[in-house]
Amino acid sequence: MKNRFAGFRPALLAAASVVAFASAAPAFAGKTLDAVKQRGTVKCGVTNGVAGFSAPDTQGNWSGLDVDTCRAIAAAVLGDGKKVDFVPLNSQQRFSALQAGEIDILARNTTWTLTRDASLGFNFTTITYYDGQGFLVPKKLKVTSAKQLKNATICTQSGTTNEKNVSDYFRAQGIPVKTVVFESFEASFKAFFSGRCQAFTTDASALAGLRNKEAPNPDDYIILPELISKEPLAPLVRRGDDEWFAIAKWVPNALIEAEEFGITQANADELKANSKDPAQQRLVGTGEDLGKLLGLDKDWSFRAIKAVGNYGEMFERNVGPKSVLKLPRGSNNLWSKGGLIYAPPVR
Amino acid sequence: MSREASRRGAWLAWAVQALLVLAVVAAAVWVVHHALEVLRARGVRSGFDFLTEPAGFSISEGWLDFDASQPFWRAFLAGLINTVRAAVPAAIFSVVLGTLIGIGRLAPHVLLRGICTAYVELLRNVPLLVQLLMLAFAMANLLPDPTEPVHLMLGVWLSKGGLSVPWPVAGEGGWWPTHFEWPERGDFGVSGGAALSPEYVTIVAGLSFYSAAFVAEIVRAGILSVSQGQVLAGQALGLSSGQQLRIVILPQALRVIVPSLTNQLLSLTKNSSLAVAVGYPELVSVANTTIGSNGRAFECIAIIMAIYLLLSLLISFGMNRYNARVALRGWR
Repeated sequence: MKNRFAGFRPALLAAASVVAFASAAPAFAGKTLDAVKQRGTVKCGVTNGVAGFSAPDTQGNWSGLDVDTCRAIAAAVLGDGKKVDFVPLNSQQRFSALQAGEIDILARNTTWTLTRDASLGFNFTTITYYDGQGFLVPKKLKVTSAKQLKNATICTQSGTTNEKNVSDYFRAQGIPVKTVVFESFEASFKAFFSGRCQAFTTDASALAGLRNKEAPNPDDYIILPELISKEPLAPLVRRGDDEWFAIAKWVPNALIEAEEFGITQANADELKANSKDPAQQRLVGTGEDLGKLLGLDKDWSFRAIKAVGNYGEMFERNVGPKSVLKLPRGSNNLWSKGGLIYAPPVR
Repeated sequence: MSREASRRGAWLAWAVQALLVLAVVAAAVWVVHHALEVLRARGVRSGFDFLTEPAGFSISEGWLDFDASQPFWRAFLAGLINTVRAAVPAAIFSVVLGTLIGIGRLAPHVLLRGICTAYVELLRNVPLLVQLLMLAFAMANLLPDPTEPVHLMLGVWLSKGGLSVPWPVAGEGGWWPTHFEWPERGDFGVSGGAALSPEYVTIVAGLSFYSAAFVAEIVRAGILSVSQGQVLAGQALGLSSGQQLRIVILPQALRVIVPSLTNQLLSLTKNSSLAVAVGYPELVSVANTTIGSNGRAFECIAIIMAIYLLLSLLISFGMNRYNARVALRGWR
C-alpha cells in the first residue's frame, strides 16, 4: 500500500530526530551507571584498529590495552567482561560521539591535553599508557635523526595531536617539511608504505605495531630515536556524572594496585580464599567494602582482575614482550620499578 | 470566481506562506538555542571566538600559504581556496570531456558509440569515493618513488611526490615574478618550482571523469531534444555534419543542457569534499582537523554548510545568467 505520507517521510524523520536530539540531551547529565545497568552493556568508543590498543581480529573479537580497560569496567559494573559494545570511531568522530552520549566511555588512545580537558566537556580518568610521538622511515634513506628530514614529506592522520606536534617540532627546529594529512589512519600509513611520504609519524607504540603488521618487510624500516612529544593516553568520560567518572577512574587504578600487590588473574581466587594482607583483601573483596562508595558491590575489583588480569598482565599480553608489538615496559613500569605508572591508594 | 474572491484567495495564500516561514525560522532558532544550551550545560565551550586563535597545524599545498602560527580563519580560507582550486579545473574538464562523450554516444560509428556508452555506464554506476580510492591506489603503485623521479623534460619531474614544473617567483620583497624557480632533485625527491601533488591530481581527475559521465547524458538529451527537421534543414543548406552540430544543433540544445548542467556543477562542487579521503587539504579536511583539536564540531559544521551554500548560490547565479542568454526569449 502506498503511504500517503511517503513524500513527507524524510522531513518527518528529520524533524523527529531534531526533537529527539534536543529533548533527549539533558537526560545524559545524570546517571550513566543506571543507563549501563539497564542496557546491560558498556558502550565503549575505540579506534577502528590500532594493534595493541584496540583492534578486532578476523572473528570480530576486540583486543588491546584500551579494550581491556573497558572489559575491566564492564566486569566491575555488570559482572561480565564480555558485556561491552565496542563502537569503532575515527579521530574526528570520537569527541562528538562522547558528547552526544553515543558511548559511555572513550578508550581510544587519546592524549590528555588541557584543551580537551577544559573545553570539550570531558574528564580524563587514569593514564593507562605513557606514549610519545615518533617517526618511522625507510632504512634506504639512511636517515638516523628527525633533524635530517629537511624538505621531506611526512604522512600523518588529521585531527590528531600528532598533526599539530609535527608542525610545532619542525617549526621550532627551523626545518621545512611537508605534511600529507589523511582522514583515516589506514589511508595515512598505506600512503607511507606505498612510498608517497619519506616519513610517517604517530605515537611510538603505534609505529611499532605498524612496522610489524603492515610493512611489506619490517626490516626495511626504522623508528627514529627522537620522541617529539609527551602523549599520556587516558580514557575519558563526559563531565557532570561524578559517579561514573569515579568508576572509570578507580577500575584502572585497582588493576595498577593489583600488580603492585602481586594479585594476578591466576592467583586471585586463591588470594580471595586465603590472603591475610589487608591491601590484597581490599582488592579481592574480602576486606573493607569499597565498592559501595562507587555504587558497586564488594567484588567489583576482584571481577575486574579476574576478567583482564592486573595492569602488568594487560601490558604484557597486548603491547609487551608476549605481543606482536614487543614494546619494552619503559615509562609504563610501576612507579616502584622506575616507571611512571602510579595509582592513588585503593583504600 | 469574482475579482474580490480571487484577491481574498491570494491574500490567504500569502498569509499561509508567511506563517510557514515564521514556523520554520522559529523551529531553527529553537533548535540552535537549545543545542547551545545543552553544550553549555555539559561544560563544552562554544562560539566562533576560536577563529582568531593560532591553528597549530600546517597546510602543505595550495595557493594560499599557511603555517601553524596563523589563525583558524585563515586555515578555513586556505581550505576554501583549495576547494575552488580543485572544483574549477574539474568543472572545465568534465564539461569538455562530457560534451565529447555525449556527442560520441550519438555517433553513427558503432565502436565509438559503444566505447562512449560503456564509459557512461561504468563511471556513473561506481560510487565516486571508490573511484577516487582506486585512482589514489593506482598512482601510489604506478608512479616511481620520490627519490627516483622521472625527468620528463627540461625542469619537469614526475614521481609519487607529484608533478613538479618550473614556476615564476617574485624576487626579494616584490610582487611581480622576476625569474623562474626550477625544481631540483634533493635527498627526499624533487623540491622547488610548482608541484601538483598526487592527491590534487587524484581529486581533479576523479571528479572530472565521474561528472563527465553525467554531463554526457545531459548533452545527449539536449541534442536529442532538437527536432530532426533542424538537421534536415542543415543538410538542405549543404552544411557538413560538423557544421550542423556546431551551428545548428548545439546552440539549440544548450536550452535543455544548461539548467541540468547547473545541477551537475553544483554536485561536482559538493563532491569535492570527498578529497578529504585521499589526503587533499580542502575545506572539509581543515574543518575535521579543527574539530579534532578543539572539538568545536557544531561551529565547524556550520562554517562548512555556510561556505558550500555560498559556493552553490554563486554557481547558480552564474549559470542562471548564462541560461538567460541562451534561453528562448518567448519562454518567459
